[in-house]
Amino acid sequence: MVERQSPLEPDFHVGSHGNFEHGVEVILTETRPDSIVQLAAWPGEEKMLIAAIRTVTGLALPDGAGAGVSDGVKSAFGFAPGKFIVAGEAEGLADAFAKVVTPVIGTVTDISHGRTAIRIAGPKAEWVLSKFFAIDFALTAFAVGAGRSTVHHDIFAQIQRTGTDQFDIYVFRSFARSVWKALCRASEEVGYDVQ
Amino acid sequence: MLITCPYCGPRDVIEFTYQGDGNRARPEPASQNFEAWNAYVYDRLNPAGDHNEIWQHSGGCRAHLRVVRNTLTHEISSVTFVRGHHGSASRPEAEDRS
Ligand SMILES: [Zn+2]
Repeated sequence: MVERQSPLEPDFHVGSHGNFEHGVEVILTETRPDSIVQLAAWPGEEKMLIAAIRTVTGLALPDGAGAGVSDGVKSAFGFAPGKFIVAGEAEGLADAFAKVVTPVIGTVTDISHGRTAIRIAGPKAEWVLSKFFAIDFALTAFAVGAGRSTVHHDIFAQIQRTGTDQFDIYVFRSFARSVWKALCRASEEVGYDVQ
Repeated sequence: MLITCPYCGPRDVIEFTYQGDGNRARPEPASQNFEAWNAYVYDRLNPAGDHNEIWQHSGGCRAHLRVVRNTLTHEISSVTFVRGHHGSASRPEAEDRS
């Protein structure tokens, strides 16, 4: 496979940064899934699409707005009515879905090259994200596996909680470096590691 | 002002785009009824009270929403999808209703 260049590269500096003398409270990294696929069901076909996600990935996506699931390798979550994002480490997820999601069920869009996935983890991850997005990041309001669609100013972000203190943020690739730099700046005061 | 999106839950108004008066009835595209077109383009109820409005959750799920907003108090009494979403994948999670 062709090695994909990260848009974060010029500003991706592995190591500890900011006010880390008292401990690192945030870890920033890029998850670099080889496949990111957007799926949309025609009205009334949502359950068929959820079944297709299970067939292709083995993930049992819970039904409901913004519901999601992650097994550490593959992730899926709803981000709009009848619309889902599925990400995985293996290439070719879109091709696999194209065989299962028939035109009667809905559509498959390969956005692997169009999105960058930034992961923020650690005890202060919620606190840093709260500087950016006007949504409730508390575990009681935002369950593990669930997804949210929101914006930071005009930059679209789809966020999945992949752990009690871990979030994966999907942003347009062309905005990713700017979001990355902003996340680094916002994490300075609590001390952060880039891994 | 918060708008409770039927999919995303309560969100700040900055995530939404106003799409206009929800009371307008667009004439058939081929219609030559100038009165009807004039009413569609210019006539507004401008009520001091509940107002039917179309909003898009442009900074979220991007669904178009039918909102009833009180123009005096900004109180929102109803938010529904403009287009029906019958599937259960469009129901809010129970946790979003808190
Ligand atoms: Zn929404």
